[in-house]
Amino acid sequence: MWNYEKRLQYPVNIKNPNPKLAQVIISQFGGPDGELAASMRYLSQRYAMPYREVMGTLTDIGTEELAHLEMIGTIVHQLTRNLSPDEIVASGFDKYYVDHTTGLWPQAAGGIPFNACEFQSKGDPITDLVEDLAAEQKARSTYDNILRLVHDNEVADPIRFLREREIVHFQRFGEALRLVQDKLDSKNFYAFNPAFDWDTKSSSGCRCQKS
Amino acid sequence: MNYSCSRMNKEQLFDWINMISFAAGETNLYLDTHPYDEEALKFYNECVEMRKNAISEYSSRYEPLTLDLAGGSENQWKWVMSPWPWEKEGC
Repeated sequence: MWNYEKRLQYPVNIKNPNPKLAQVIISQFGGPDGELAASMRYLSQRYAMPYREVMGTLTDIGTEELAHLEMIGTIVHQLTRNLSPDEIVASGFDKYYVDHTTGLWPQAAGGIPFNACEFQSKGDPITDLVEDLAAEQKARSTYDNILRLVHDNEVADPIRFLREREIVHFQRFGEALRLVQDKLDSKNFYAFNPAFDWDTKSSSGCRCQKS
Repeated sequence: MNYSCSRMNKEQLFDWINMISFAAGETNLYLDTHPYDEEALKFYNECVEMRKNAISEYSSRYEPLTLDLAGGSENQWKWVMSPWPWEKEGC
C-alpha cells in the first residue's frame, strides 16, 4: 500500500524552458540508470530478501525512488513548457515531440524505451545488493554527466539533491550487504543462497545440507 | 527541538515541511539498517511529531497535502482545487 503526498521531496522551480536539456535529463526518468528502473529494481527484489532490515531498506529506498521519478518528471515538464514549433525543431526536440508532444514517456536520452532488462531481480541477496550498490553509483555518474551540461542553477539545484541521494543509498545498501554477510558462513559467503537454500521451516537449517 | 509553525507564512511552512520530512526520511533509512539505535529512534520520533503538526497546520490553513486531510467541513473537494507539485511553480 502506498500513500501520496502532494509535494515534491525537494522543490523544483524552473522558469526558463530548455528542451535540449530536457532530452538529456529524461534519461533519469526512463533510462538504464534512471529512477523508474531504480524503484522497480528495489520493489521487485524485496520479496525474496530473507532479512527484515534489508526488506525494509529495499521498500523504503524503492519508495523514495518514486519521489525522485516525480522530481525528474517535473524537471522535464518544466523544461518543455510553452515551446513554439520553431524552438522544438531548433533544439532537436522534434523527434520526441512527434510521438509524445510534451507528455512524459519513460525513455533513455538516446530514445531507447524503458525496459525491465535495465535491472535485475535475481533472488539471491548478495547478487541483488551488489547490483543495487552498482546501480546507485551508475545513477550518481549519470547525474555528474548531467551536471556538466547544466548552466541554469534552477535545474542544477534539484539535480544536485538527487545526486546526493545516490550516495546516501549506496551507504545504506553497503550496510545491508554487511548485515547479509554477517548472517552467512564467514568462511564462504556463497556456501548457500539464503533466499532459496535456507529452509526456515526446518530446524536443520540449510536445505542444501539435507540428505 | 521546538519549532512553532503557527508564526510561519505559507512558503515558510511548506519549506519547513520539506525539511522536517527529509530529516524523518533520512532517519527512517538509517534505522532500517540500525534498528537498535535508541538515539536515532528518539530523533525519528521528534521529527515525526513535528512533521505531523506542520502538515496538519498547512492542510487546514491552505490546501490538503494528504488524502486523509482532504475532506474537512467545506462543501468542495479541495484535493483537486490546488496546484499539483509539477505545475506549482515557475510559470
